[in-house]
Amino acid sequence: MQTSTLMLVVLALVALAYVMGRKRSVQLAQPLGGIKNLHSLPNYYGLMAAVWTALPALVLLLLWVGLENTVITNAVIASLPDRLAEQSEGQLSLTLSKVRNIANGVMLGDADPALAQAAEVLTRLQASSQAGKIGLTLALAVLGVVVGWVLTKPKMRARPQFERVLKGALLLCSMIAIFTTLGIILSVLFESIRFFQAIPITEFIFGTQWSPQIAIRADQVGSSGAFGAIPLFVGTLLIATIALLVAVPIGLMSAIYLSEYATHKVRNVIKPLLEVLAGIPTVVYGFFAALTMGPFIRDVFEGIGFSGVSAESALAAGLVMGIMIIPFVSSLSDDVINAVPNSLRDGSYGLGATKSETIRQVVFPAALPGIMGGILLAASRAIGETMIVVMAAGLAANLTANPLEAVTTVTVQIATLLVGDQEFNSPKTLAAFALGLMLFFTTLMLNIVALAIVKRFREQYD
Amino acid sequence: MTDQSRNALERLAANKHERLNARLKSRYNRERRFRAYGIASIALGLTFLAILLTTIFSQGLSAFWTTYVKLDVTYTPEVLYIDDATDESQLRLADYDGVIRQALSERFPEASGRQTMRNLTGMVSTSAGYRLRNRLMENPDLLGETETLWFLADDDVDLLMNGIIDRNLPESERRVNDQELEWIDSLVSSDQIERRFNTTFFTNGDSRDPETAGILGAAMGSFYTLIVTLALSFPIGVAAAIYLEEFAPKNRLTEIIEVNINNLAAVPSIVFGLLGLAVFINFFGLPRSAPIVGGLVLTLMTLPTIIISARASIKAVPPSIREAAMGLGASKMQVTLHHVLPLALPGMLTGTIIGMAQALGETAPLLMIGMVAFIVDIPGGFTDPATVLPVQVYLWSDSPERAFIAKTSAAIMVLLAFLAVMNLLAVFLRKKFERRW
Repeated sequence: MQTSTLMLVVLALVALAYVMGRKRSVQLAQPLGGIKNLHSLPNYYGLMAAVWTALPALVLLLLWVGLENTVITNAVIASLPDRLAEQSEGQLSLTLSKVRNIANGVMLGDADPALAQAAEVLTRLQASSQAGKIGLTLALAVLGVVVGWVLTKPKMRARPQFERVLKGALLLCSMIAIFTTLGIILSVLFESIRFFQAIPITEFIFGTQWSPQIAIRADQVGSSGAFGAIPLFVGTLLIATIALLVAVPIGLMSAIYLSEYATHKVRNVIKPLLEVLAGIPTVVYGFFAALTMGPFIRDVFEGIGFSGVSAESALAAGLVMGIMIIPFVSSLSDDVINAVPNSLRDGSYGLGATKSETIRQVVFPAALPGIMGGILLAASRAIGETMIVVMAAGLAANLTANPLEAVTTVTVQIATLLVGDQEFNSPKTLAAFALGLMLFFTTLMLNIVALAIVKRFREQYD
Repeated sequence: MTDQSRNALERLAANKHERLNARLKSRYNRERRFRAYGIASIALGLTFLAILLTTIFSQGLSAFWTTYVKLDVTYTPEVLYIDDATDESQLRLADYDGVIRQALSERFPEASGRQTMRNLTGMVSTSAGYRLRNRLMENPDLLGETETLWFLADDDVDLLMNGIIDRNLPESERRVNDQELEWIDSLVSSDQIERRFNTTFFTNGDSRDPETAGILGAAMGSFYTLIVTLALSFPIGVAAAIYLEEFAPKNRLTEIIEVNINNLAAVPSIVFGLLGLAVFINFFGLPRSAPIVGGLVLTLMTLPTIIISARASIKAVPPSIREAAMGLGASKMQVTLHHVLPLALPGMLTGTIIGMAQALGETAPLLMIGMVAFIVDIPGGFTDPATVLPVQVYLWSDSPERAFIAKTSAAIMVLLAFLAVMNLLAVFLRKKFERRW
């Protein structure tokens, strides 16, 4: 039986429990003089019976499916003879996949008898796990139906009980945010720790050489395996700076014009149009940057006498990224500017200031903290952006401040290290997680600071 | 007071007046300039948008048409090496390219020599042979018969017909050589070549040959991925929003949840890809490249968006509704589920659609979980290897063939069309159900 079929059977039992619980409550109420003598409406008795059936069975099923593989794999490893069990991790996973193939009947013939034996163990374990899964789940579900039936009594406080269960479910859903954060931290942290066991953390943070190819043979050329991340940090900062130099003035001035000068009509047309820029997928910007902006910039700069400009330049990626975050800056600044109370403006006008003087000398300073928060958020967005830089900035880890050269960024390296075939334990793959850790904490810090600034600013005028 | 001093005073006053006027003028000028900066930056932003869209549209439109070549093909048994039409393995392995070669050399009898023949057969897409095979296997009676069929032309022929390859360039700089040009002109003059609407683009999966590459596989992958995302993120997001708005006590835990949601909304998407790789694939052992993993990752990514918008729409329901229901004896849960939730639902739906649009356009996290594989088959379920539309755009943009530029732009146009429809739907829902209390 497939897990999905099992699920359907359990759901059918749940429906049965609901109907039975509901019916029984009505039946029990009849001799007492109608359902007005029940503590709750009949519905809630049915629902409680359904909860008794569904909850334990589904929790068990979920745990079983989640842990099945790990447990079986460990048991198989334990059953292997020592010479096979005490291999390196990579070898072991190779052995395991051989065992799996034999068990599936894919690889016949010249199998090692030890492997064949392990395959037998595997098949046996899988069969008993399958049987246990189905048997226990169904038993729990049926037991749930019975418990629901027995517990249904007129005095049972079905509604509060059910509401408590529901509230628990709601709480669980909102805790997913915490689980996600924890999941991110743990997954990048563990792999990073393993990476830093192979490569010292000081070399990673202060090294100026990045070439993550590791030699397969000792005599291979150009595969030193250097993991100094400084060129990546510099490249990321260079591109993010260019992006902010484009986005901040344009976004800020657009926001000022739209909130202070534009009529309602104009604003209602222009604002959504500008926000279209934020809705375009980043891969589209990447394509534009790689195919249109990059060659255009190369032609322009070669036209005015620069030589050796590559089509993949930090400038192209930065400019396009800047365009992408214009609406981000403008809508955040718009909110902040609108939050500045009108009394400040009126006071300034009363003293005879022109509109632009009011904006520059009163509104802007008042809104400055909020705008700074917005810019920090935009910066974190620029640092974490992936597709544009993957497609337009290149892979060469140049340590340079020249925006016309190809540079690489943290996100590009994460993407290229993890795309394609990978060996899970090589420092090359683990380096991606270390970079991810850096990225996560940098953007986290920026966000926390930015959100705190914006919040403080809001409170100031509320 | 002497006349002289009065004159001096008047002059001074006039001077002051002038100075004030001059200053006022410069202040007004500055005002105008400031305003012009504002208009200029908006114009700049909109110009970028216009350039972006026109570039993509002008490059992509041509991919919606493609070139077909009309050939008279004869299923000659000797050319096909078939001696028994009932033997299926013979039909499957027969030399259908030979049939095409024969049809072409009958059309152009002057062509001879290995290289020339190779160039000649290269004018028709390699998919032509498969098409003949499918026809013959469906209907073995065709063996020995002749029929007239339209075949997909090679991508270079299409580029030439389309004017993207400039026929006035010297031969060495042109991907189509002089002889091929002659053949094409000959086909044009006998009406054996024409451009038609490109249905292949909408019905095929990915391919290494630009002329047979289509987006259906990627579109289906996106569809399955989004189904998973929607099925998980909408209920979970709404439940979380209900808890936080209606039930959460003001305590440490609630505060931590709120901080987490706000921060997750700003975590770079690629980090979610790392999470998916480490947790879903390496820990739980879910299959790589599968829409179900993509959907899970995108769920975690869109949840903050959905929760934030759902909370806003719950907040917009006036307290009087809650108080009235409470006054009639409803429990807190009944108030929420029977009254607040239905009223907030349209707003939640709007937020969810916008979240889905974000998920549809997302690329980076899906690269991490292996949805970048080259997949020809059209995925048929949640665990089949698949790719999604934006990743298809990324893959094609990396391809060296010139014809893939148009394909990429066309795929982007399809993607943008989906996004536009989703966003318009959200706007429509908001307009239709918006209530002012």
